[in-house]
Amino acid sequence: MTALPRIRLTRLPRPLIIGGTILGISLILALFPAAFAPYDPLAFDYGALNQAPSMAHPFGTDNFGRDVLSRIIHAYRVDMQIAIFATVFAFSFGTIIGALVGYVGGRVEALFGRLVDAIITFPFLVLVIAIVSVLGPGLINMYIAVSVVGWVFYARIIAAEIKVQKRLDYADAGRAMGYTHLRIIFRHLLPNAITPAVVYWMTDMALAILLGSSLGYLGLGAQPPAAEWGVQIADGKNFMSTAWWISVFPGFAIILTGLGFSLLGDGLAEVMRARK
Amino acid sequence: MTAPLLSVQKLSTRFHTPRGVLTAVNEVSFDVRPGEIFGLVGESGSGKSVTLRSLTRLLPYGATIDGVVLWQGQDLVGMSDTAIRKVRGGQISMIFQEPMTALNPVLPIRVQITENLKAHTDLDSSGRAARARELLDIVGIPDAARRLDEYPHQFSGGMRQRAMIAIALASNPKLLLADEPTTALDVTIQDQILNLLLDLRDDLGMSVVFVTHDLGVVAATCDRMAVMYAGRIVETGTVTDVFRGPMHAYTRGLLGSIPRSGTERSMLLSIEGTPPGLASIPNGCAFHPRCVFASDICREKRPDLRPLGPDRAVACHHSDAVLAAGSVLA
Amino acid sequence: MTNVILSTTDISKRFPVTQSVLSRLRGQHRLAVNALNGVSLDIIKGETLGIVGESGCGKSTLARCLVRLHDCDSGKVLFEGTDIGTLNGPARRTFNRRVQMIFQDPYSSLNPRMTVRQILAEALSVHSMRPKAQIETRIGELLGLVRLPPDAADKYPHEFSGGQRQRIGIARALSVEPEVLVADELVSALDVSVQAQVVNLLLELQDRLNLTVVFVAHDLRLVRHISHRVAVMYLGKVVEYGPTSSIFAAPQHPYTDALLRAAPEVDPSRRTRTVAARGELPSPINLPKGCLFHTRCPLAMDRCRTEIPALRPRGDGHLAACHLDTLPAKATP
Repeated sequence: MTALPRIRLTRLPRPLIIGGTILGISLILALFPAAFAPYDPLAFDYGALNQAPSMAHPFGTDNFGRDVLSRIIHAYRVDMQIAIFATVFAFSFGTIIGALVGYVGGRVEALFGRLVDAIITFPFLVLVIAIVSVLGPGLINMYIAVSVVGWVFYARIIAAEIKVQKRLDYADAGRAMGYTHLRIIFRHLLPNAITPAVVYWMTDMALAILLGSSLGYLGLGAQPPAAEWGVQIADGKNFMSTAWWISVFPGFAIILTGLGFSLLGDGLAEVMRARK
Repeated sequence: MTAPLLSVQKLSTRFHTPRGVLTAVNEVSFDVRPGEIFGLVGESGSGKSVTLRSLTRLLPYGATIDGVVLWQGQDLVGMSDTAIRKVRGGQISMIFQEPMTALNPVLPIRVQITENLKAHTDLDSSGRAARARELLDIVGIPDAARRLDEYPHQFSGGMRQRAMIAIALASNPKLLLADEPTTALDVTIQDQILNLLLDLRDDLGMSVVFVTHDLGVVAATCDRMAVMYAGRIVETGTVTDVFRGPMHAYTRGLLGSIPRSGTERSMLLSIEGTPPGLASIPNGCAFHPRCVFASDICREKRPDLRPLGPDRAVACHHSDAVLAAGSVLA
Repeated sequence: MTNVILSTTDISKRFPVTQSVLSRLRGQHRLAVNALNGVSLDIIKGETLGIVGESGCGKSTLARCLVRLHDCDSGKVLFEGTDIGTLNGPARRTFNRRVQMIFQDPYSSLNPRMTVRQILAEALSVHSMRPKAQIETRIGELLGLVRLPPDAADKYPHEFSGGQRQRIGIARALSVEPEVLVADELVSALDVSVQAQVVNLLLELQDRLNLTVVFVAHDLRLVRHISHRVAVMYLGKVVEYGPTSSIFAAPQHPYTDALLRAAPEVDPSRRTRTVAARGELPSPINLPKGCLFHTRCPLAMDRCRTEIPALRPRGDGHLAACHLDTLPAKATP
């Protein structure tokens, strides 16, 4: 989206490298889970129920004898999807609306401000759960629910940033050149305004995984027997005292992926700001 | 000739940055005499403001100062931190370009003046109150009694500069350091402040070191001047001598860059290129890449600041040729 | 006057001051900064009109009205006789192409995320100045025109010095081959030695491309150097207007006189110790009654406090808005 030219790899900030590596590996696991998972994630093995971590099952097995490591690896596909699809529509739509609102300003902006107020009055999770309850459980409905609420936050960030940028002379220079408003907004202002939204997007992807897992845990997101970290944690909740590994390892996967997104966001912010 | 009030000898200021050591001021020497206004002129990055701040060591952390700044028999460079704090804002006061940022926005003017009076005089509280009113009168702020209780944002730009001068005067300084004090002001207000400074010099007998980029301001106020380029003084002299007969190509170019009457719509005698950054100061004479007089020697050997008389010095290999080329002033 | 290309007739512009809801509920009438209070000017084809004044005199607002970055509240800006406020669509774009603006701040007037090539190519293609195949060549020509090296094209604005950035701004304005150039404080952010380069470039380009220039600045020396005619502004009004030589030699308005005497001469032998104008600029929210300058004028009479002086001819196309017919030889002792 924005030009990041002439940046040598050696000069990239460390968070960007670490975050990028974590997410790169995550992406590979999401694309080719079968190549890395030692077992079929859905195969029951009644001869090996609730087994502790061992050489054969490094992360142990669950109450149906499924290999926890294999389920975690296969869950990457679902959870990375959640990270992307639960945020990309909110990011795109919010960015466009925010850019227009910030540029037009005045009454439109005041009206938008009231809408934001109305939405942030409700706790985010409660609102999403309410929408999913109406639409019915499942991943697609969860994406819809999160996007319907989430775009507002992006729009608010972008609108504030566009308001700052449009006061600078290069925006007036564009108008004096006879450029159309849309060209000024999207070609000139937006690339200079988008950095904080991109950074927020990265954090939001981490939050989306947590949210997806929460909804999975509550039975409103991914549906069993599909492998999904939240579902896995929920599966293990009754065996916490006897078979902690069923819940704990998926928890680590959530933390690690969330950390990857956060680091990537910090790194991107550093790179994009350094250009000024 | 009277003994100098302040004597600066081989002053160098270096900034230690992650990218290496930057020399902002390089072996600068000059004297300031009692009752004179000494102008330090230069463009951005010439080191004029850093020189001024180095005099009282008002520099950010990570800067080192070498050389000698002789003030009443004491070296300010080697002085202890506690001792220099007494000098700063006491015998030597400073005023800045941006009075809005140099004044404390949350304190009324009265507090900021009496603070200085408390630190540097023996007056009791009623004496301080009277003196604060008197100071506002001196700098030409009308209705002093009321305005003392106002905050900086309630003052206009010119009045703020006057208030800052009043604070600087509170300690009866012998030397005032002025860092572009009129650059942010409109021309009619600048004229008022410059005249105020001249009056204060006459009435209080203090000396002023005046840093500016505007040669017009130098012509209107200063007695002697030094022109700085890339951290060094390239030419010094009385204002009349330098304006009449510049001997450094840079000074001549600066004077020629300013439009004057009688030459309307003609090409100005401009200097090609831009002033160098601190990290990339050219070898030899720092000005040679932009100089029309430059020859091989200028590229190889840095010219020393040669004294040419009691008040005159120039650092140029071709000063005779520059002088012969004539001043651009009619 | 036959060759008027751009003119303003009695234009005014007010900027409302944001007020609290409370003060509006209390029924206080809406306050506004009166930036322009009836300005009428003619800009003649091929000339440089200087517009000079101190901060708050409305000169930048006027510049922005001329290129329609602001719409006037009343009055009209006429370009070749057409009210630019009525232009829409392609007609407005053509106007924007023919009347260009260059901005003061070399650091904010260029999009930091576009290379010089992208900046120029965009202007050239949006206005279809050249067929696609010739855009590259034209960019090279434009860089040469403003004396930038050809390798400047692939750099970003932050890689240039202030003076070079102003050249890029000039190149962008010239890329669409305008007839009028409105330069708002073109060189005031630059070092003195660099100012002279840009001023020389502007003079040269004006001759070569037959441009009409509106040069807005606070620096009297610069305005005198560049302009054929000068308009002096004070608090949103033109107080004096006419040929540069006659205004600088014999100012007919006390404000112009004060401005000229306040500007320090670059000649130590012409030093003076009299203050040119006392007092400070009145608030543009509550304008003084009568002549706007009377609060600071050493020659103010009773009439000045009540009656607004009109711009009256003083011979030779020289106009001044003062009740006095001539200024005394020395306005102040």
